Amino acid sequence: MKTLSVSNLLGIKYLNEEDLHLIFETAIHFKEVINRPIKKVPSLRDITIANLFFENSTRTKLSFELAEKRLSADTLNFSANQSSLTKGETLVDTVNNILAMKIDMVVLRHPNPGAAHFLSKQVNSCIINAGDGTHEHPTQALLDAFSLREKFGDLSGKRIAIVGDILHSRVALSNIYALKMLGAEVRLCAPKSLLPKHIEALGVSVSSDLMQVLNWCDAANILRVQNERMELSYFPTTREYSQAFGLTLERLNQLRKEIVILHPGPINRGVEITSEVADSSHAIILDQVENGVAVRMAVIYLLASKLNIPIT
Amino acid sequence: MTPKILLSEKKVNIMLNRLCCQLIERHGDFKNTVLVGLQPRGVNLLDQLIILLKNSGIQNLHTGKLDTTFFRDDFRRNERTLNAKPTEMEVSVESKDVVLIDDVLYTGRSIRSALTAIDSYGRPNSIELLVLVDRRFSRHLPIQPDYLGAQIDALQGDKVKVVWSNSPSENIVYLEKNNE
Repeated sequence: MKTLSVSNLLGIKYLNEEDLHLIFETAIHFKEVINRPIKKVPSLRDITIANLFFENSTRTKLSFELAEKRLSADTLNFSANQSSLTKGETLVDTVNNILAMKIDMVVLRHPNPGAAHFLSKQVNSCIINAGDGTHEHPTQALLDAFSLREKFGDLSGKRIAIVGDILHSRVALSNIYALKMLGAEVRLCAPKSLLPKHIEALGVSVSSDLMQVLNWCDAANILRVQNERMELSYFPTTREYSQAFGLTLERLNQLRKEIVILHPGPINRGVEITSEVADSSHAIILDQVENGVAVRMAVIYLLASKLNIPIT
Repeated sequence: MTPKILLSEKKVNIMLNRLCCQLIERHGDFKNTVLVGLQPRGVNLLDQLIILLKNSGIQNLHTGKLDTTFFRDDFRRNERTLNAKPTEMEVSVESKDVVLIDDVLYTGRSIRSALTAIDSYGRPNSIELLVLVDRRFSRHLPIQPDYLGAQIDALQGDKVKVVWSNSPSENIVYLEKNNE
């Protein structure tokens, strides 16, 4: 019987390759479950999960909530802007108060990098990181890799490009860890101002030539420009960014081969990707959303299986 | 200790043929019947029954493979993670006569989880149970087979193992004693 090597999902960095394969194998079964006429299994009927979102989210929050409900878990939703945080309560106090209501797992999204890691040291509960600032977004990387595996099979030796705002992207970092662990080659493409210094140390190559990268890769993950995290101006205008790094159908048609396009959402149509590309057969954006539920079910199921019921 | 042979190849072959005849007797042309093998080893029994039914002239069988892992009642009851096997239910069971197929009936808990799991694919008209081996006096739940190969007695902790081959005439049932 295979089991995860970790008790919390704080980041891809803390997983190993066997963990990734176990999550993918389990997610295949859950994908079948969510395509049944009745899409629910009773595994987690005695588990309560709190979704603590200290930062805005649509897709991830809905996806987690649906995954939990498909597993029959009870869910509790929390949004920071309606909470006592505005009255000065600390993160640890908020979470401990919620845990006092007998919660088994916490799904945490927070604007500060390392928030999930910090919380896992402070509270006695299973923590799933649903995005911590510009640090990691492990379940997004898992569903991206899962979607790529559906297209390509084994990712070993496959060439994956990550294009866009690498500097502010937690998706980029988690994707780099996951794809490298699975044996893929990763190349980053962005304006120099949106690339973190020394990122090559993670075993990736870097380029600022979009066409060269697109010709090189088998799949490209297009990232949004995260204006909300930018305190400075990283490029002159959105139009100029779009001209140099925006993915258009014209650019795709110039390639010598077909490539797969991913986007973690939300899409800024006409900036990093045009509508023609986002809605084309190249894009697997909606597959990613469907797979997101299955992958999150797998993560929750596998972590929950480590929460043994105390036998009295 | 070498495992003891409980049922020889010859005996298993006779039983499989008898089970087929009983299925044909009850289900006729199988038009409204779905045969569902339970993962992992009920699927092996299903495969052998399909061979024999086709040899008997039954074509167009509706079959499926069902994994009940996510419906089991021992999730989080021990250190093991319950890992699933593939489910392949291409056919709806709505208003169908379903036959659940498993190799060994022991506590009955797997069958209970299968009874819940099968509901995800529709509301069957009826559900029957076919097993090759019934371990008597070991049931935890009020579940009994409708079609039965053989009843055997084994102590709690012993393992009854069916070693499946690709041919209905080359399968053996072993008893592995618990030496602890």
